[in-house]
Amino acid sequence: MAVNQEIEAPAGSERRARLAQAPVVIEARGVEKTFRIPHNRVDTLKERATNPWARRAYRELHALRDISFEVHLGEFFGIVGRNGSGKSTLLKIMSSIYRADAGRVRMAGRLAPFIELGVGFNPELTSRENVVLNGVLMGLSRREARRRLDAVLDFAELRDFMDLKLKNYSSGMMVRLAFAVMVEADADIMLIDEVLAVGDAAFSQKCMDFFRERRAAGKTIVLVTHDMSIVQVMCDRGMLIHDGARRYIGDPEETALRYYRLNFGGEVEGTRAHVVPDVNVRVVDAWLENDAGERVDNVEQGAPLGFNVVVEARHELANPGFTFEFLTADDLRVFGISRTLELSPGQPDRLAPGQRVRVSGRIQNPLLPGRYFVSCWISRNRAHGDLALHILRLLDFVVYGTRRAPGSVSVESDVRAVPEPLPEEEA
Amino acid sequence: MSEQALELRDVRGPSALGGGARRALELLYLIAATEFKRTYFGTALGYVWSLARPLMLFGVLLAVFTQAFHLGSRVPHYAVLLLLNIVLFGFFQEATSTAVNSIVNQESVVRKTQFPRLVIPLAVVLNSVFNLVLNLVVVFVFILAFGISPRWSWLLFGVVLAGLFAIATAISMILSSLNPRFRDVGIIWSVISTALFYGTPVLYAIEIVSRPLRDVVALNPLAPIFEEARKWVIDPHAPGAAAAAGGYAKLLVPIGIYVAVCVLAVWIFSREAPRIAEEL
Repeated sequence: MAVNQEIEAPAGSERRARLAQAPVVIEARGVEKTFRIPHNRVDTLKERATNPWARRAYRELHALRDISFEVHLGEFFGIVGRNGSGKSTLLKIMSSIYRADAGRVRMAGRLAPFIELGVGFNPELTSRENVVLNGVLMGLSRREARRRLDAVLDFAELRDFMDLKLKNYSSGMMVRLAFAVMVEADADIMLIDEVLAVGDAAFSQKCMDFFRERRAAGKTIVLVTHDMSIVQVMCDRGMLIHDGARRYIGDPEETALRYYRLNFGGEVEGTRAHVVPDVNVRVVDAWLENDAGERVDNVEQGAPLGFNVVVEARHELANPGFTFEFLTADDLRVFGISRTLELSPGQPDRLAPGQRVRVSGRIQNPLLPGRYFVSCWISRNRAHGDLALHILRLLDFVVYGTRRAPGSVSVESDVRAVPEPLPEEEA
Repeated sequence: MSEQALELRDVRGPSALGGGARRALELLYLIAATEFKRTYFGTALGYVWSLARPLMLFGVLLAVFTQAFHLGSRVPHYAVLLLLNIVLFGFFQEATSTAVNSIVNQESVVRKTQFPRLVIPLAVVLNSVFNLVLNLVVVFVFILAFGISPRWSWLLFGVVLAGLFAIATAISMILSSLNPRFRDVGIIWSVISTALFYGTPVLYAIEIVSRPLRDVVALNPLAPIFEEARKWVIDPHAPGAAAAAGGYAKLLVPIGIYVAVCVLAVWIFSREAPRIAEEL
């Protein structure tokens, strides 16, 4: 299947109904956290001793105010918010890194927090030692951690380097090891903060695959992110935090919508190309076909691409525009296709709520062998150039073949290299 | 997931032993053991290096105090006493001064994982204990070579080590947990520990010190430890802790200070532990 984004099928609503009945595994009640930020930081005993009565003025930063929520067993729960909204503080309280000033957090089961990829790795130790240490840090016994070591090293394909100190690892090897540790953590609850922010496109793809697999396996995951496409595609429920307070909890689409509203709703300046605060289109299906009409995710070099996307308007959408960009694995744009609705005379240029649009056709394939992504932008009110939906990585596919050349595309040319006759030797 | 695993348990935030005592012990063991391996097996001269420092200090001090000050003639077995004292005090100094920055150096672990805070300074002290034990092997070889024969009281040396270990741990806990908040703790401690070095009978024996200084030494909680070590291991005729302090009643003062430091350490550390991640 070439479709990369999981499609919201009717099964989704069944899943949600089932999850709502599942036992609660995380329960937060009235969690508060305030950081006191002194105007003049006193950080030596000398200063403290020389002015013992100096008034220490604080600015109080209410990182979290009265946050309550529950997460059910097997749920994929997204926490979203702008930078500084308090979402990472909340995750740190859940991970026992910070202590809440008030309120109560309770959890059931073994927890594996991933505040960052590869956190707690000691560069002076070998990867074998680091993996065992990391396992114990995540609550395994030493024996269990040793048993897990093999699985981690195999997954990371680093068995040959297990006695090498981490400081001698390349950054790619380090990411592989850290990711393997996460995959093999096998905790009941995983708390993940922006792990996807590091690494390249291929890496975030791997992360998405991992999330999908965990989700299907019925594991409880709490993910803190700003990437609304993940929230829309993966999460069963979402929670929006703004200025330390809970603004919304529930439907992921609605969470994403409100997040966009918070981010872009108040903006008046920037009349052109500003983002519409609505998430009002969803992708029903997207795939590539070969000439025989079969869905494929590998395409032979030079063979035309049968491109198909079906989207559905959630609300009325006036003057919609559809742009699809073909990107390399390094996020370089190779080419794009922009289309507006083909209308019969007198038909209005708008989509009714629930109405679907099929964008499809054959695309000549100049791509050189490699991995490519298709991202999709759907805009409405084209005149203002604003954006209704931006789904990253609608599709990914591999072009295979043997004719390689520099760059990303091969072009028709009659450029030739012909040797010129030698100049006559002067006598 | 079993029914039992589904029971909701309170998340209490970071603390000295957060995440359970068993996990803390396993982490302590792993960190201390890997650190130990790194010191002694990482470099070819690992053990030689760790011995070189006390031995060189010993050589210099022995030369100065026997040749220049003629202490050797007034204190029986002065050379081995000096060596033992230097190794013991070296342990105390190494453990506490390394512990000062231990939590700050582990910043990323403290700020990003649920790490039992107490394990960090404890691992440092434990590593110094390994060092001490290896150095003591050499010290006892010297002791035997100098003609002191083993006695039953050598078994009591374990009490000395335990006493020294406890106070080194207590001070390490205080220093490491205050350092994130007050960054000059290390500087202040280097001054205090130098004063302690001279205020403890390391270079000299307590009976050759005259009155006013002797009263100061009598307050020092480290002094009884060194005095007993000398009596039990090297010279049974040396004044013990009580005699040096001038009676059992007066001995209560350094013991009181010792206990106070330990209680203070537990209090400060458990008060600071939950907040360390925010101070860094």
